[in-house]
Amino acid sequence: MKSTDNQVTNMPTPKKLSRRTLLGGAATAAVAVVQTSFAKAVQIGISGTSFPADDPTKRPGVPPGERGTRSLFEKAAKKPSDISSRTPLQDLYGMLTPSDLHFERHHNGVPAIDPAKHELLIHGMVEKPMVFNLADLKRFPSVSRIAFLECSGNFRTGKETLSPQDICGLTSQSEWTGVKLSTLFREVGVRPVATWFLAEGGDAAVMTRSIPIRKGWDDAIIAYAQNGEALRPEQGYPVRLFLPGWEGNTNVKWLRRLELSDQPYMTREETSKYTEPIKDTERGPGKFRQFSFDIDARSIITFPAYPNPVQPGWIEIRGLAWSGRGKVSRVDVSTDAGKSWHSATLQDPILDKAHTAFRYLWQWKGDETEIMSRVTDETGYIQPTIGQLLEARGPDMGGYHLNPITAWQIKRDGRVLHRPETWK
Amino acid sequence: MKKSRYGACLVGAFLLLTLDSGYRANGQERSAIGRVDTLPWPASFGLGRPATQAEIALLDIDIRPDGKGLPAGSGTATAGKAIFTLKCAACHGTDGGGGPGGTLVTSGAASGKRAEKTIGNYWPYATTVFDYIRRAMPFNQPGSLTNEEVYNLTAFLLNASHIINDKAVINAQTLPKVVMPAKNLFLPDDRRGGPEIR
Ligand code: HEC
Repeated sequence: MKSTDNQVTNMPTPKKLSRRTLLGGAATAAVAVVQTSFAKAVQIGISGTSFPADDPTKRPGVPPGERGTRSLFEKAAKKPSDISSRTPLQDLYGMLTPSDLHFERHHNGVPAIDPAKHELLIHGMVEKPMVFNLADLKRFPSVSRIAFLECSGNFRTGKETLSPQDICGLTSQSEWTGVKLSTLFREVGVRPVATWFLAEGGDAAVMTRSIPIRKGWDDAIIAYAQNGEALRPEQGYPVRLFLPGWEGNTNVKWLRRLELSDQPYMTREETSKYTEPIKDTERGPGKFRQFSFDIDARSIITFPAYPNPVQPGWIEIRGLAWSGRGKVSRVDVSTDAGKSWHSATLQDPILDKAHTAFRYLWQWKGDETEIMSRVTDETGYIQPTIGQLLEARGPDMGGYHLNPITAWQIKRDGRVLHRPETWK
Repeated sequence: MKKSRYGACLVGAFLLLTLDSGYRANGQERSAIGRVDTLPWPASFGLGRPATQAEIALLDIDIRPDGKGLPAGSGTATAGKAIFTLKCAACHGTDGGGGPGGTLVTSGAASGKRAEKTIGNYWPYATTVFDYIRRAMPFNQPGSLTNEEVYNLTAFLLNASHIINDKAVINAQTLPKVVMPAKNLFLPDDRRGGPEIR
């Protein structure tokens, strides 16, 4: 434990003052201060009835700094595996994901890219193959939009001790800023024969996906910023493709090249991966769905949720709902295991292809029950149960594009547990 | 989305759409009707620089199903097996039969409900094998293989998957003609929003 020396000596002093003068009587008291790695000081050990020895009103605080940091008391963190890292949905508020808690999914690590050396090449079926550096991209007319980004493999179940982060943490939301791809298409003169484009990343996987050209003209963004600052390396620094509402993998990060073509490339990530078994009664069984870009509507209650227990009394049930096909129209909440449903309040703004916060006030009397949410989007799509998905896709249903209603069991002792789904 | 380009433009969505198609058709701003606070877009912003053929050739490594992009060179299964043992088997097992990096070759017929998805039973195009190995493998040294090595490895994996015989020579002409068992497994997405669950 250290004294407050650091702060005091760092403070700009208009005239020569001794440390004792600045601190007054407090300098001699037992000031309990923890120096963090960020050289910030926090009080510890708040005591009983009198002012605590480390009362923050009795001594100067930390002077202004260059970058903010989280309070040491806040523990929200991503949960990494070998191939991804999940957003702590249960620890967040509102509709935006802090950039450093945005989920990660990449196929061979995060590259370190010097923006001064990074360029975007656009070629193929265009009149003028062009190269744009970051400065060029930032000078074009810009656009910003708040939208979610979700990995299409974002579903887990199978045991009770799963949190929203475990079940559904491969979705996050940011404000993305960049240049519309249509602006660049216009600049290079895309030929009318072009129907697809290949997006390629500059990472060790040299990630590639084929994208229908319609999406490029529609709302695709070549994004260089996220939540008001440059993209985070994990999100594609210095530049990525952002396709609102489309499965995460198509939003190619560390973007280095776009090639216009009159057919898809059939890359490994659109054949061997990101394809899913379907039940196709007309054309026979054993078929697989390919180029399933849109993220269907989904919602999840993030409070109450495992691992946080609840007490009887008034509980504001909170959660997120979203759709890759448009706006959320409504969210219904059930507190009796799906027997009855009640309309939840949606928090403005309700944006197109964006996480929308919902709330429902509930009085829990202490009985065992299950709570769950169900979103309806503006196309009229109603979030299905896993049973409905199985019915529609068949028993070989894979792990991509699963968006089932997710239930939490509330135990009599206040424990909140995931209700596992059985399907495999 | 389209209206953001026009800032606080007062015209309706229909007119904006028309203007936008104007851009696409001739790359020119058609008119400034209704524009109150922005200047017309120029035909070009004059940003960026023309790409040279050399730099395109350096980066353009993708291979299409029709074979576009395949380089010169050729390979055979026998030569591929030796390279595989040296550079791939540690992660994918002897002859691709499975390891920490996943299974590439399924032993026996691809029967059974949940047979492991591999090149032999799940990859619809042989060109993808070349493209993916060249860009991403070996995982710990991506981009380190020569075109010749990639042709050999491709031939080896196709032969081990019982798709080509061990005498077949794989090159820019023959690879796109290889018909994969999984060719017709895939259907386009039929989900389209609305009340139906698919
Ligand atoms: C250090 C381990 C390692 C080595 C060495 C390695 N691979 Fe891989 N390989 C992987 C991993 C991990 C993946 C999965 C990558 C992913 O999903 O993004 C993979 C995926 C693949 C796939 C795609 C499989 C599928 O079904 O989608 C092919 C094909 C492949 N490797 C071929 C090779 C070849 C050929 C070599 C030798 C030149 C090689 N690998 C060397 C680890 C390795």
